[in-house]
Amino acid sequence: MQRWEYILKRLFLAIVVLFSVSLITFFIARVLPSDPAAAWVGPRPTQEQIAKATQTLGLDQPLYIQYWRYLTSLLHGDLGVSIKSRQPILTELKTYLPATLELVIASMIIGELIGIPLGVLSGAWKGGALDNFSRILAVACVSLPTFFLGLLLQLIFFARLKLLPISGRISNEIAINYPVTPITGFYTVDTLVAGNWPAFQDALLHLILPAITLAAFGLGLSIRMTRASIIETLNEKYILAARVAGLPRRTILFVLALKNAIMPTLNVVGLSFVYSLTGSILVEVIFSWPGLGQYLTNAVLSLDFPVIVSVTLIVTVFYVVVNLVLDLIQAAIDPRVALS
Amino acid sequence: MTELLTVENLHVVFQTYAGTVYAVNGMTFDVQPGEIFGLVGESGCGKSVACLAILRILPGHGRITAGRILFDGRDLIQARESEMQAIRGRQIAMIFQDPSTSLNPVFTVGSQIKRIIRHHTRASRKVTEQRALELLEEVALPDPLRIMQAYPHELSGGMQQRVMIAMALASGARLLIADEPTTALDVTIQDQILELLVELRRHVGLSILLITHNLGVVAETCDRVGVAYAGQIVEIGPTSEVLRRMKHPYTQGLLAALPSAQQKGKDLLSISGNVPNGLSVIPGCPFHPRCPRVMEVCWQTPPRLAAANPGEMQHQVACHLYSPEVAQ
Repeated sequence: MQRWEYILKRLFLAIVVLFSVSLITFFIARVLPSDPAAAWVGPRPTQEQIAKATQTLGLDQPLYIQYWRYLTSLLHGDLGVSIKSRQPILTELKTYLPATLELVIASMIIGELIGIPLGVLSGAWKGGALDNFSRILAVACVSLPTFFLGLLLQLIFFARLKLLPISGRISNEIAINYPVTPITGFYTVDTLVAGNWPAFQDALLHLILPAITLAAFGLGLSIRMTRASIIETLNEKYILAARVAGLPRRTILFVLALKNAIMPTLNVVGLSFVYSLTGSILVEVIFSWPGLGQYLTNAVLSLDFPVIVSVTLIVTVFYVVVNLVLDLIQAAIDPRVALS
Repeated sequence: MTELLTVENLHVVFQTYAGTVYAVNGMTFDVQPGEIFGLVGESGCGKSVACLAILRILPGHGRITAGRILFDGRDLIQARESEMQAIRGRQIAMIFQDPSTSLNPVFTVGSQIKRIIRHHTRASRKVTEQRALELLEEVALPDPLRIMQAYPHELSGGMQQRVMIAMALASGARLLIADEPTTALDVTIQDQILELLVELRRHVGLSILLITHNLGVVAETCDRVGVAYAGQIVEIGPTSEVLRRMKHPYTQGLLAALPSAQQKGKDLLSISGNVPNGLSVIPGCPFHPRCPRVMEVCWQTPPRLAAANPGEMQHQVACHLYSPEVAQ
């Protein structure tokens, strides 16, 4: 019961945060020296056209009325219209957001499935061959520039080995012959649910290189975090007690120690997840992945402020939710942590 | 009677940045089946290190350099790691000074006990559950069902130590090494835990190697006692004999240092000087720099354990005062 109370309280706070974020981004976008009306009309506008557009977009109203209009339509689930494309932002997000989520989640899975076990093992055999290897790997992962790694992978797996596609989410022929019916917007999930095997394979192959490229940074982080945390935990008396009790090393490392040591890693993973939602821009550009990063960057370059505000809000929602989930996980892992 | 555990001439060193630390220097003692043997000494005398060496769980920079550790006739120093794995828990269990840090904070008491039972017996879920409840009852914990669900931080220190003892029994060990098991507890709780150990010895036939710095604890519980100083045993024998007719100047000093009602108002006695830090081996008798009755021979020749009284082999002391050559 106490847990639900806590979740409700946090969600209420989240609404306050969202409100403030919308307020701040809205006003920052409006005070920037730009002319949305001119952008709306297009190149070489006449005075009349601009005046009409100003009226249509409500830009002739005072700022607080503009914000009020924006907020009320937001509450009705209407994110507004992109100034540049004149498309409803919600419709555009339906293609960009799942694409990014699919990429980011895939890269998280790759990064953590490798990073956490590697961190545990190199912490347990500190100074050994595996530890040296994974420390070099971690430094390489964190310091290799994304564009370099992405191009390198393309060079090896596309140009040389001809194993994987170079860019995009799906091949044109496959998209025509085996169309993907959007359900979640995750191509791999949608094709799998529909039993559309050729398209599933194709989507999965397209996902591999960008996901690995994006995973590198998180992989390096989680190796380092897990390693440091497990080394600290292995010095605890209860680990010695478990060894004395004759429990196998595997259990001691991956159950008894890891449960105590995993929280710092999860916190970093959570933060880098949220960061990647828009921070994956470089990967998206290199692999022509139609994601949120590209969407936001284009909006910023063309001062498409309804899009900027909307994407900021979406990222804020993820940030708040991820933090709440992390806190709940922490409370579930460690009974000494009180939810308050 | 054959010994359950014999430690013979054990040497342990640690490589540290300050140099080699000689922690255990030729320690010799034995534990009989069904016996409570007390190993007593000040902090830093090597008593805990000796126990870690028995289980071969010395920290990475520690090494056994000489000696034999016979358990049931097998030399544990020669044993392979896989054999040690089978001995830990199943044959020899250990409990530690501070029970609050020896229990894993993120698992319930029940899951910790059951994990050990399952690992050692491969019993079914139901049998394991039943056995865990029995064990908690055996260590006299009230409401075992509730304790099973509890996390370690929800229990008091005394209850935590009982849980540790239950976990030590879970694997059916024959020897329990108890490293200062009551030091971190209140005095009243101390007594209860010691009573429990004595009772387990009687019921389960457990042999106990009890490490302590508290002579009161020794007097209350131990059948025999070994006094350790600078990584060696300086006096060993039946508890009543050693405590009543102690021979070694160090043992005498330890007993004199105990506060007692008769000495009310007087200054507390102490042994002058400090415990050697182990960075160098003291030539001759290790106690000679602090000994009030030091003789010339003590500077050169290390004394060996020998009968404290002529003809009585049980009580032994390593001191030149009692060696026949010096007496002449």
